[in-house]
Amino acid sequence: MAATKEEIIEGLAEIVNEIAGIPAEEVTEEKSFTDDLDVDSLSMVEVVVAAEERFDVKIPDDDVKNLKTVGDAVSYITSHQG
Amino acid sequence: MNATPRKVLVTGIGATTPLAGDSAGTWEAMLAGRSGVRPLDREWAAELPVRIAATVAVEPADVLPRPLARRLDRSAQFALIAAREAWADAGFTGPAGEDNLVDPDRLGAVIASGIGGVTTLLDQYDVLRERGARRVSPHTVPMLMPNSPAANVGLEVGARAGVHTPVSACASGAEAIGYAVEMIRTGRAEVVIAGGTEAAIHPLPIAAFASMMAMSKNNDEPERASRPYDTARDGFVLGEGSGVVVLESAEHAERRGARAYCEVVGQGLSADSHHIAQPEPSGRGVAAAIQNLLDAGDLDVSQLVHVNAHATSTPQGDVAEIKALRKVLGDVVDGVAISATKSMTGHLLGGAGGIETVATVQALYHRTAPPTVNVDELDPEVDADIVRGEPRRLPSTGTLVALNNSFGFGGHNVVLALRTL
Repeated sequence: MAATKEEIIEGLAEIVNEIAGIPAEEVTEEKSFTDDLDVDSLSMVEVVVAAEERFDVKIPDDDVKNLKTVGDAVSYITSHQG
Repeated sequence: MNATPRKVLVTGIGATTPLAGDSAGTWEAMLAGRSGVRPLDREWAAELPVRIAATVAVEPADVLPRPLARRLDRSAQFALIAAREAWADAGFTGPAGEDNLVDPDRLGAVIASGIGGVTTLLDQYDVLRERGARRVSPHTVPMLMPNSPAANVGLEVGARAGVHTPVSACASGAEAIGYAVEMIRTGRAEVVIAGGTEAAIHPLPIAAFASMMAMSKNNDEPERASRPYDTARDGFVLGEGSGVVVLESAEHAERRGARAYCEVVGQGLSADSHHIAQPEPSGRGVAAAIQNLLDAGDLDVSQLVHVNAHATSTPQGDVAEIKALRKVLGDVVDGVAISATKSMTGHLLGGAGGIETVATVQALYHRTAPPTVNVDELDPEVDADIVRGEPRRLPSTGTLVALNNSFGFGGHNVVLALRTL
């Protein structure tokens, strides 16, 4: 069953917390991964791979550059999850 | 030869070792003659011929925040911990430029390891085989590259004068400090943070060193296994950790009112050109390094009172080093207190030159030579005054000189000379 928007935000928050150490409650839709959450380009790859596994979705490298904010990732996962 | 070389002082020290999580604790444990060698109770060790090692006393995961630790190889974790201690010990309160005590363009970092990020390489190979290419960490290359500890320490302190990583196996840490001394002497930098680190306690390096017949197999008595100069020595014990010093031009240290431990007078370098892994048995190469140091004319050999020997507890190497000292220094050796601190720390490979330089700094500063433990029966070929069992007081007055020797597979010889202020 597909994850809800709330579940996706919660899941991304846990992933970002694990990788960048940002408190989960600070991971909200308007936040930019690089500017607000201390996720650099290398760590973004980790976030993407963890999200793929968690939400059963494939995020091709070409699409990763479009995921600037947590909201971008939520929308992408919502529309692509299996 | 430079007639008026810039004087280089040691203004900070830091370490994380098999004996303690900092330099003061390490020194205290050395004076007490404690061993950091322990049984390797990991599952992967069960089938190895060697099941002992000198693992660090304080796990880096207990010190570093997790998001930082997970993107650093264990060797860089150790280096960062030691560097932070040394940096704070030197009186700096933040990265260069932020506390106005040092100009980032005049600050360097030189940190070396012998083997680099070997555990990252092997762990990520396991990930590749078991879980596929997509799961290989994007941090793998920045973690495993041998210059990673230097680069990460350089980032930490804001070093812009140059970040370097000389690699010469077990001489790497000492070579890094020697390189840093030259950066200051030649005017490239005012302050350089320098040292060595190693994290190679993993089944592959252990199996490989064991195949070379280089390691002690005294699995039943870990604390007794590292025994330089003893007749029953049967190889080195692998250790891990890091030792780092802050080196600073005397002018710069004086300007900011820094406390200094001692001076680094110079270094002697040479290569054996004999065998890829065996020490040259007569000590010819080591003797050449000591002679080069003396020829530079910066030190008065009559002030030499202490040597922190390379002495790894191998049958050949320990004796060759003593022969070399005797060959160059003659009767002077009789008045020199020689300590093999690897008897307590194990052999940290590229980290050895780092922690042993820190120990040599402490020996001069406290005017005390640390002991060599486990010398029950001194090898009759060791014709020198080994500090056995208990620490020994060095002369309480006058200028004292000490040497720190480090040699590496490949025939690299590095001798650092330090002097009280």
